[in-house]
Formats: sequence, C-alpha cells, structure tokens
Amino acid sequence: MDGIEGASNPMMEEMQANGTGGVDGSPLTSTSRRKNRPIVSGEPLDIEAYAGLYTGRTKIKRLMFIANHCDNPGMQLEALRMAYDEIKRGENTHLYREVVQKIDGRLGPNYAMDAAWCSTIERKAEQRKEKLESELNAYRTNLIKESIRMGYNDFGDFYYAHGALGDAFKSYVRTRDYCTTSKHIIQMCLNAILVSIEMVQFSNVTSYVSKAEQTPEALDPPTVAKLCCAAGLAHLEAKKYKLAARKFLEVGPELGNSYSEVIAPQDVATYGGLCALASFDRTELKNKVIDNINFRDFLELVPEVRELINDFYSSHYASCLEYLGNLKSNLMLDIHLYDHVETLYDQIRNKALIQYTLPFVSVDMRMMADAFKTSVVGLEKELEALITDNQIQARIDSHNKILYARHADQRNATFQRVLQTGNEFDQGVRAMLLRSSLLKYDYNIRALRKH
Amino acid sequence: MNSVEGLLTQIRGLSSTASDVLSLQNVLKQADESLHAESTRLLPFLDQLDPSKHSLGYLYFLEACTAGPVTTESASSFVLIIARFISSCVAEQIRLAPDKFISVCKRFKDQVLLLEEPLRGVAPMLTAVRKLQSSTEHLTTLHPEFLLLCLLAKCYKTGLSILEEDIFEVDQPRDLYLYCYYGGMICIGQKCFRKALELLHNVVTAPMSTINAIAVEAYKKYILVSLIHHGQLSTSLPKYASGVAQRNLKSLCLSYMELANSYNNGKIADLETYVQANMEKFGSDNNLGLVKQVVSSIYKRNIQRLTQTYLTLSLQDIANTVQLNRPKEAEMHVLQMIQDGEIYATINQKDGMVRFVEDPELYKTCEMIEHIDLSIQRLMTLSNKLTVMDELISCDPLYLGKAGRERQRFDFDDFDSVPQRFNI
Repeated sequence: MDGIEGASNPMMEEMQANGTGGVDGSPLTSTSRRKNRPIVSGEPLDIEAYAGLYTGRTKIKRLMFIANHCDNPGMQLEALRMAYDEIKRGENTHLYREVVQKIDGRLGPNYAMDAAWCSTIERKAEQRKEKLESELNAYRTNLIKESIRMGYNDFGDFYYAHGALGDAFKSYVRTRDYCTTSKHIIQMCLNAILVSIEMVQFSNVTSYVSKAEQTPEALDPPTVAKLCCAAGLAHLEAKKYKLAARKFLEVGPELGNSYSEVIAPQDVATYGGLCALASFDRTELKNKVIDNINFRDFLELVPEVRELINDFYSSHYASCLEYLGNLKSNLMLDIHLYDHVETLYDQIRNKALIQYTLPFVSVDMRMMADAFKTSVVGLEKELEALITDNQIQARIDSHNKILYARHADQRNATFQRVLQTGNEFDQGVRAMLLRSSLLKYDYNIRALRKH
Repeated sequence: MNSVEGLLTQIRGLSSTASDVLSLQNVLKQADESLHAESTRLLPFLDQLDPSKHSLGYLYFLEACTAGPVTTESASSFVLIIARFISSCVAEQIRLAPDKFISVCKRFKDQVLLLEEPLRGVAPMLTAVRKLQSSTEHLTTLHPEFLLLCLLAKCYKTGLSILEEDIFEVDQPRDLYLYCYYGGMICIGQKCFRKALELLHNVVTAPMSTINAIAVEAYKKYILVSLIHHGQLSTSLPKYASGVAQRNLKSLCLSYMELANSYNNGKIADLETYVQANMEKFGSDNNLGLVKQVVSSIYKRNIQRLTQTYLTLSLQDIANTVQLNRPKEAEMHVLQMIQDGEIYATINQKDGMVRFVEDPELYKTCEMIEHIDLSIQRLMTLSNKLTVMDELISCDPLYLGKAGRERQRFDFDDFDSVPQRFNI
C-alpha cells in the first residue's frame, strides 16, 4: 500500500478529498476497523471504541473528561455510563460518588447511588489496610528486604486502587531503599511514573524515566517503549514539542497494547505526528517521520494524521488544513492534548504559510488565499504578523496584493551599523572622561578636607 | 580717599608686564577690604582706569562697586559699564582673579534679568565665557549662566554654538549639572533630540552623593526625549550611574514612568487619556510641550513599523492601523515624516496609496567617505585622550594610595605592580 509516496496521485487525492480516507487497504472487518480507529475525522468520537483502547484508572479519567468537555448530551451520557460501569468493577468510591453526581439520575435507576456497595467497599478497604499494615510491620521487624519491598508495593497498589494517589506515590517511592535487582528498580520507576502521570506531576515523570534509563541491562523492548512514551508525554506537557516529537518517534512497535493504562498506540501516532509537524523542519520531517519504518505502523492506526503529514510535505496545504480542522473537535476531548491543540495548530499553520512563500520571489496573494482557504484580507493580516516576527523575509504590496521577497542588503546594513557603533563609542568615551573628571574633583575635595 | 588714589596710581603703574601684574595682585588683595568699605563712592574712579590695560585693577574696583544691592536705575548704568569691560578686558589678567570675575558676571546677569532684557546679556556673556576658559574643553561657572540667558532670550542658535564643543574639565559638579540641563533644553528647542538626550544622560548618570533637584528635573525630560527620539525607554539606569540616582530617581518621577509604560503598550487612546488626566502635573513641570510631542511621536513609531512590512499601503489602511480617524490625517503625518527625513516614501494621491522605498543612501559617494574618514580620525583622537588620561591616573598619588590600601580586596594579578604599603 503506497498511501505515503503516492499522495500526489490524483486518484488518491480524490479519495482524500472525501475526508473519510479509506486508504488503509488491508482487509479489515468493519467492527475491527472501528475498534482501531475511534477518531474518524468529521464524525463524533466513538466512545466505546475509544474507551476500549485503555484500561484502569486512565479509562475512567478519560471518560469523565469527555463527559465534562463535550457538548453532545448523548455522548455525555454514554461516557458517564461507561465510566460508572468501569468504576463499579474497581474499588474507587471517591470517583464513584463523583460519577453518580454527574449522572444526576439521568440514566435511570440502575445508575443511581448504590450506597450499599460503597460501604461494603470501604469496609473491605479498611480491613485490607489493617492486614497490609500488620504484614508490613512484621516484615520490617524481620528485616527481609524483599518482603518489605513487596509490602510497600502492595500498599502502593492498594492506595492507587482507592484513589489516594499521593499515598500511592509515597509508598512506591519507599520501595527504592529495598530494591535489590535492576528489575525491581524498573518496576518501581514504572509505578512511580504511572502515579505521577495520573497526578499530572510531570517533573516526577521525567526524573523517574531518567532513573529507569540508567539501568539498561534490565530494559526489555516493551519497557523501553513505555519509557519513551512517558518521556514524550512529559515533554508535551512542558510544551517542548520538538523533544516530545522526538521521543514519540522513538517508540518501537513492541509497545503494542502493553501500556494501555497510560497511552494507546493511536495516541503515540497522533501526538508524535502533530508535534513533529509543528516543530520539525523539512529534512527532519522526512527522515524521522515519513521514512521512519517503525513509526509507519503507528501511523497506520490513524490514517488522517498520516495523510495530513504527507499533504504538508508535498505542499497540499488546503487539504492538510482541512484534515486538521476535521480532527480538531475530537482532539479537544483528549486528556493530554486538549490545551496544546490551539498552539500546535497555529504553529502548523504558520509553518505552512512560511513554507509556501519560501521558494518564490513574488507571490500572488489571491492564489495563496485560495490555497489556504482564507480571504485575502485575513491572509494579509497573518502575513503581516509573520513578517513583523521576522519569520518571513518579504514585503507586502497592498495595492496589487502581491508579496515580494526581500533580501537584506548586507553592505548597507554594515555601513549603518559601523556608523552607529562609532557614534556610540564617541558618546560613551566622552561621557566617561567627563565622569572621571567629576570623580577626580570629588576625590580632591575629600582629600583636601581630610588634611 | 588717599588710599584709593594711591591704589589707582599703583594700578596704572604696575599693569604693563606680567611680573608687575603679579605684584599688583598682591597689593590689590590686601586693599580689597578697604575697597569694599567704600563701595558706594568708587564709581567715579572707574573713569580713571582703562579696562583694556588695567583689567585686573578695574576688576577689583568693579567688583567692589557692584557689591551692594541692585536697583533698576543703577542696573542700567552698570550693565553698560560691565558690558564694555567684558568686551575690552585682557584675558590673562582676569584669569588671575577668576572668582571676582565670575561674581561680576553673575551680578551682570541678575541686572540684565531685572531689566527684563536678557538679549542684551547674551553677547557679553559669550565673550566672558571665552575669556575665562583656559581651553575650549574647560567648563566654567559662567557656562550655565550663559545658557540660561540664551534660554530666556530664546536665541537658541548662539547657545548651540557653545554646546558643540566637548567638555573634559569641570570646575564644579553643580556647573556641569546646570550646563547639561540647560543645554538639553536648548537642544530640545532646536529639535536636536540626539544631542539633548546625550546631555540629559550626562546629568542623570553623573556621580553624585545625594540626589539633587537638577537631576530629578533632568530625568523627567530625559524620559520624554527618550520616548520621542528612540520610541522606548531603557528601564534601568546604566551601571555607572551613581547609587543614589539608581535608587531614587524613578520613585521621584512616577507619573513620567507611567507615561512611558503606557507608551510602550502602544494603545494611543490609553496614552491620550493618561495625558489628559495628568495635564496639570506635566504643566507644573513645564513639560507640556514635550508631552504633546511624545503623543505625536507614537503615530510616527507605528508608521515606521509599517515600512518594514509593506511595500505599498493605502492611506485608509494606514489610518486604520495607526488608529487615526481619517486618511487625510494619515496623509499629513506621512508627508511630515517624509519631509523630516524619517521615512522614505512617495504618496500617490490619485489612488490614495503610499509607496515605501528603501533608504536611497548607497554609501558610495565622496561625502560619505569623507564623513567616515573624519569620524575615524575623531575617534582615534578620543582614544588617544583616553589612553593619556589612563596613564595620568595611574601615576596619580591619591589613586595609588587608595589602590594600595585596598589591595587585598582584589586579585594578586591586578595590582602586583603596586607595593603593599604606599605612603606619600
């Protein structure tokens, strides 16, 4: 299948213009195709398929995020229902109460507050906690490292299941003193990373990723992939899009579904693709994204992102921006990406504008406005901002609506700078000599007074 | 009376050679008190002396005469006498008694102001300044007096001629502050904002141990001129400014700092409302004219920014971007800027378009080469001066004493040529 190299093929273009891209030629049944591609451009998010990609706490959090941020009440209720079901399978009563409050009885009696369940869970939790504590104390008196480590680990799991993330983090970190093999260390790091991501404290994530990477002998490929993903997420949160892109692109295909409690491979493709598009230059984009065999498999899972990257590289800006527009509403429902969507989109659009004007001496702004599906006036404003920012070296002929490239005249600029520096030196030295004579006078007066 | 007669004879006798003049000076110093005692009766005796030959004696007499309070009638006669004296006196003789000469000239200034005819004082004061200074690089106490008269008489060009000269030697710091402050005002009047900025900068960054009112007023004007000329104000004073200035100046000129902030935000409406609200304050500092120029300069700044992005632009668009009301106003602004040489453009009235062109200066003409050559030579002279001064200071015993005492504060390498205990 050559959806990547053949993007300029007119038949492919037509298919792309439809927007639903059906260019993954492999024979998938409709249900499995839906399972793999919950985010289909232009259509509202398929919540069941989306939730199916994740497990554990992040599934619940993501569903609740979608419920909070989406406008469609049908989708909202769907998300809340699934969240309720998922929480009931676990032991987190705090989240349960939250979900029930959000549902507010709209889903019927089956989804109302089950107080009995809550109290049962809480009672069991108390008992388990006491048991764990007594076990831990026993281990501590016995001073068996391995058991103490397991004890703290169990505590960490317990707290995590009940939503006490701070305590979970502390417990996991305590195991560090009792780790004997590098495998233990890796396990501790992964646990700490998981809890930190849930707590949205990404500085911890970065430090634990680097800690884990310092023990290379115990790292098997899936773990390496997990660490790359975690590091990528940390960079994304810190708005370091270039570093985030590089990390996501390093994720190997061994990731599979093994990190579903944090991130799905579709997300890796989306985050990596968008960040790369916003921050890489053309060479890097070609080498690291388009020619990257490993990443190609990820991009298969989100064909729209693949298409829009190819469109950008082959200068079909209108369709690229169209894909972006279609994906936007669904991307805003993603828990990690939503507050970066605007910035990334602006950066991609600016890059497109700059790249469009780069090869030309003069550009007709009317044609450019067509290519970017915007009005000439709006385009002029955008170009003005970019020129003022010194990202495009050009000048606008507003009368004829043409953009002319302008190359700085080095010779004149040098002469101007020289004369200016000369003046500044002149002024500075004269002022300095004046000040020194004042200081000398001052000093003389003081010396006279002393004698 | 006899002593006065005797003094006159001595003056007439001892005014021919330089050594005679020196002995005359001693005589005059001893007779000074008696002269002051008889100040009211000395006026007729002045006719017996010739100011061009007996300058020193004449000076002593004149100084004693004018010592009393000044009235309008006496002022007009004295003004004539002093003016004649100044134009005909001999420079070497009066330099022997600079204080007396300065006080005579100051009283001359007071009299001229009392008569409300500052213009009469400008030329004589200029001659006085020239005769008193030992070189053109020397700043005397008379310089600021002269500039004050120029300001009050509104003859700025004469003032500018003095300002052209570089000053390197200063008698008293207060002279420098006043000189630079008045000089700044004259340059503002002539619209030489670059030189004004330089002079005001010198006041503001001059070494001072306590904050003085001259520096505060100068800083207010400095803020305004900096906004007009550069379009921005550097928020902190350079490191070589005195500590007192750095700590106190900003808090003493708060409304001006606010104005600068408002200017930087670029919203013309906000700037204008702020100016309206504080009109009284600016007026009481006599800075209203400058403030109005600041407001008009913000339009210029915005138009200049447009030249960087556009090749042609319609007058309507300029008016919109720069927040002017009508294209006609935009046209007036652009026309003014072209005439002042601040931008290079042509206006096409038929289409209502302005076409911005590049600076036509190609740096290839003979005049430009000459200009560059002169600048290089000037800078080389300055550089030499700096080296000479550096050497002088390194040999200065006061400096060496201080450096020797503070030796342990610095690195060994900096001062290993200075002995540990250097006593004079």
